[in-house]
Amino acid sequence: MGCIENLEYEKILPLGASFKECREYVEKNFQEFWYVDPGYKLFDEYIIGLPPIALGIDGGRVIFPYTKPCHGTYLLAVDDAVEAERVRKTARKKK
Amino acid sequence: MTIAQPPGNALLILGCPEVPVQQALALHIAWSLQKQGTRVHAAGNPAVLNLLKVSDPEKRYLPAMQVLENCIEEIVEKKRTCDLCIVFAHSDAGISYAATLRHLLPSSRLVVIIFGKDPEALAALADFPCEKIVEKAVHNPMQIRRKINEVFGWAA
Repeated sequence: MGCIENLEYEKILPLGASFKECREYVEKNFQEFWYVDPGYKLFDEYIIGLPPIALGIDGGRVIFPYTKPCHGTYLLAVDDAVEAERVRKTARKKK
Repeated sequence: MTIAQPPGNALLILGCPEVPVQQALALHIAWSLQKQGTRVHAAGNPAVLNLLKVSDPEKRYLPAMQVLENCIEEIVEKKRTCDLCIVFAHSDAGISYAATLRHLLPSSRLVVIIFGKDPEALAALADFPCEKIVEKAVHNPMQIRRKINEVFGWAA
């Protein structure tokens, strides 16, 4: 398992955002978004949250929620075209 | 009359230790479960695990503990399961973990203990199948302990 701090990420929503806010933000602000269930592996991390979890794709950027026990959920963006393509192949379009 | 068997094993998922009652309740639940013959495994972040290690140096109450991320990994990879899963939630993150465990452990009994300063608002977010124990509790564990004892059928 990896560590999210090893990734070069941009914070889209700050620490303390709710999982619901993260899902709504992705659905409203990204033309391409996909749904996965909790436990989906992304960047070597297991995604935590209330299903369905929305992941955004913006070109080669992946936008995803990340939950820390102390701080809540925040929304991150990471440039990784390979991981973006893997999401397209393994995630689903429908909630 | 059928007498329910106690669960063979239980998993306690602990939240951030910033709300004091969690520590007391975790030890109380672990002790009560072990008294009835249930094996207990706990998972949390390093801070909460260190607090419990200091409180329970001989591991009498919590013999097995693990970092939360590793525990989730084992559950996803089907290396760990449980009959009973108890999740402590005093924040949105706690509800996220409870929802995740509901999805990953569909046949386990899931009890979510929702506490802190505003537990009702949090409880409304937990709209997935689970049993909820909801009580405003930050420093005083007595009322929520009473509710926990009722749910699990433990004498006070």
